[in-house]
Amino acid sequence: MSNSSLVVRVGGDSAAGGIVTTGEVFARIAAYAGLEVYTTRTVPAEIKGGHVMFQARIAPTQVWSQGDDLDMLVAFDQESIDRYYALVHSGGILVYNSNDSKPPAPDGVAQYALPLNDLAKGINFQRGRNIITIGALIKLFGLPSEKAIAVVEKQLGRKKELLEQNLLALKTGYEYVEQNITKTAPYQLQPRAGAAKEERLVLSGNQALSIGAIAAGCRFFAGYPITPASDIMEFLAAEMPRVGGTMIQAEDEMAALAMVLGASYGGARAMTATSGPGLALMQELIGHAVMTEIPIVIVDVQRAGPSTGMPTKVTQGDLRMSVFGANDDAPRIILAPVSVEDNFYQIINAFNLAEKYQVPVIFLSDQDMSVRVQTIPAFDLSRVKIEPRVLWNPTSDEKYLRYQDTATGVSPMSLPGMKGGQYVAEGLEHNAEGEPNYDLNWRTTNMEKRTRKVRLAAQEAEVLKLYERFGNADARIGIIGWGSTIGPVYEAVEHAQAEGIKVAGLYVKMLQPLPRKLIQDFIARRDVIIVPELNYVGQLARMIQAEFWHEVVSLRKFDGTPFSMNEVYREVKRVHGSLTRFAQKPVARPVSTHKKKPVAKPRTRRR
Amino acid sequence: MVMTLEPPKFSYEPVNLTPNEYKSGVPPIWCPGCGDYGVLASFLKAISELHIPREQLAIVSGIGCSSRFPAFVEAYGFHGTHGRALPIAAGIKMARPDLVVVTVGGDGDAFSIGMGHIPHAIRRNMDLTYIVMDNEIYGLTKGQPSPTSPLGLEKKASPFGTVERPINPLQLAIACGATWVARGFSSKPKDLGELIKAAIQHKGFSLLQVMSPCVTFYDTYDHWKSITQPLPADHNPHDRLSALKYAMDDKTLYLGLFYQEEGETYDASYSAMRARVTKPDYGVREIIGKYMR
Repeated sequence: MSNSSLVVRVGGDSAAGGIVTTGEVFARIAAYAGLEVYTTRTVPAEIKGGHVMFQARIAPTQVWSQGDDLDMLVAFDQESIDRYYALVHSGGILVYNSNDSKPPAPDGVAQYALPLNDLAKGINFQRGRNIITIGALIKLFGLPSEKAIAVVEKQLGRKKELLEQNLLALKTGYEYVEQNITKTAPYQLQPRAGAAKEERLVLSGNQALSIGAIAAGCRFFAGYPITPASDIMEFLAAEMPRVGGTMIQAEDEMAALAMVLGASYGGARAMTATSGPGLALMQELIGHAVMTEIPIVIVDVQRAGPSTGMPTKVTQGDLRMSVFGANDDAPRIILAPVSVEDNFYQIINAFNLAEKYQVPVIFLSDQDMSVRVQTIPAFDLSRVKIEPRVLWNPTSDEKYLRYQDTATGVSPMSLPGMKGGQYVAEGLEHNAEGEPNYDLNWRTTNMEKRTRKVRLAAQEAEVLKLYERFGNADARIGIIGWGSTIGPVYEAVEHAQAEGIKVAGLYVKMLQPLPRKLIQDFIARRDVIIVPELNYVGQLARMIQAEFWHEVVSLRKFDGTPFSMNEVYREVKRVHGSLTRFAQKPVARPVSTHKKKPVAKPRTRRR
Repeated sequence: MVMTLEPPKFSYEPVNLTPNEYKSGVPPIWCPGCGDYGVLASFLKAISELHIPREQLAIVSGIGCSSRFPAFVEAYGFHGTHGRALPIAAGIKMARPDLVVVTVGGDGDAFSIGMGHIPHAIRRNMDLTYIVMDNEIYGLTKGQPSPTSPLGLEKKASPFGTVERPINPLQLAIACGATWVARGFSSKPKDLGELIKAAIQHKGFSLLQVMSPCVTFYDTYDHWKSITQPLPADHNPHDRLSALKYAMDDKTLYLGLFYQEEGETYDASYSAMRARVTKPDYGVREIIGKYMR
């Protein structure tokens, strides 16, 4: 069992049903038993079916990535064996459907046959194969069956009749193993003592984000269905009216964002959520929100593109669209959470920054962390602070000027209903009143005003700690990244340090404006910077090169799957090798423009 | 002109202001003789007669000559992006149901780039008013044919005459199930004022097409004067087929209230649903509780 965790992959055809359910229910049972789980999945974008893979990594303590080699493969069909058997390490387990597939020749992997079709036929429940499998797995791994029953009741208990069938299926799988499989599994899953009593949530990034939005005071959401962001809309369709808010399914993404603008203009904290193609459609309105200084939050759950691309696959390819989208210079804030848990806290920051600076905030999540179900510590509601919008005082005697220039660039906003506060939210260049005006002085003043707000917002990176640092602070090798790649990168850094390679990690959660000092100081202390990201050109790497005049090693992956720990570790090792080979100059890089480094101490060669 | 006026229902404390007191002081940018001046005057008179407080009125527009409208009225305004006035207005209405929300714009903004939103505004039937100043031409971009331009219109962008047939907005709205549909003419300010009042008072989505000529690029004053006439006295505005018949007449441009019905509004239905599902003391803690293992 690698790193004292268990990596389980479930594979099958989605048309046969229940692959993801099998994985999810099994993961939840483990979570209820007090274990930590981290899941990932690939599903076809087509509804009619296709091959599906669900993977859960289960451990007594929190894990940060999906895991590399498989400890166990649960194969519902032959295709799953053909695809994944090679990934199961020696000493691992194969659980397979003996009615539908033939196991490979024995080679050190323990094989368990389940006649799933026969068992399902035996209880007259063809669609029960997934729950039968779960019953079998619980018995194999010694997980508490009362937790299994509790999860099945919670997850699949909506219809009484169906629930009874599911519970029977669970029992059938359990008893089959009890009666027919005598050898015990090479691993038993043992939670830490008392772990089951700790407060843990089991949810996805999109769910964490949706809860965070409500906690942040969001009371208006408009959206349009798009994978993988739709479940934010569905979540809020159920919860918004219950907390006194509104959720509208709009006719398209432009309408969705237009509604959000209108609602925020009316005084509501408002948000939309979409994916790349939707964000592309929203560009003009983003520029409008910048011009009219209306606070809004736009969630982009990034998926592989361009165009329709691969809707159910992950990417970090929308950074440049988010930074540069909309015509002319339109300063906005961009935040990116790094994990399922972080979605909750960062969406709250997104609302607070939008309201404080009266700008659009683009929130870059991604497919991987949006759908991944994971155990996380319960949210700390004492950390939730609501930053209110700066409002005009209607009792003031002074004439109201909506776009009056101020030291911070932020002008008090009036809301409809406030007597004397009437103004036009004006998309044309305007004067302080909000009247259309192209006078050079107003143009200059307002361009500067809109930019100043966002420039000042850079201070929030320190105030709100919009970054994560890990690893060895004095390391020569540094990794700068963003978003959900932090998991495998964090584990790669831990692994490298255990192997004697020192690495420092910096994950930036504010990508616009870039926290200059934070990044500059980090770069200044390293000999080489690696920037891992899930896109073809290295979008953050190029931004860093352009902004800081610093050459970096760009580690890119764009096949639609997340990094594995090993992929990152291999690159760290390669870079470390070149550092030691060339002692001082590992890769070509121009002289950096910032403060002079102390003279390097002579370094001894490692290895 | 047949007008079925309900007694006024105000969600606001009525005020007494003259039409002039609703002027913002920003001089209109329209060409001398533009039909939109007439629409503005009728509008100011209508809101004065409806006693709407200036701060309770939100006027939303898109892009075009007529979309500059909000700047000229002393009220809350929103000069949006091209074609998106309706969803912006919908967002305002849902966040602030206490406001009177009026959407204004031109035929290009409404029936070309913004056309996709009209059937949805109709099917939601939110309590919004949409006043479309239709001059059958793109004025702000200097005279290209619009979706309501007649077939064969020769303009710079259609030097050999347009080959697309025009859209009939009223026919479309009635067919989509709109609950209030009317047509006015900027040269008949008195009737137009009454229509604007009725549109604002209608509970639900009201579409008012106002024929408002462009003197610079497509002067239709005389033509429209010759082909417009009030809807016949025997037209019943609750009769959808009769409304369709007059809307589809290709010789006469009828003026007046074509169709009207009472219908559930999105805002009222949503707030009823909200009242039904809201539980006391329900909040973030209770939502989080559902995900606790």
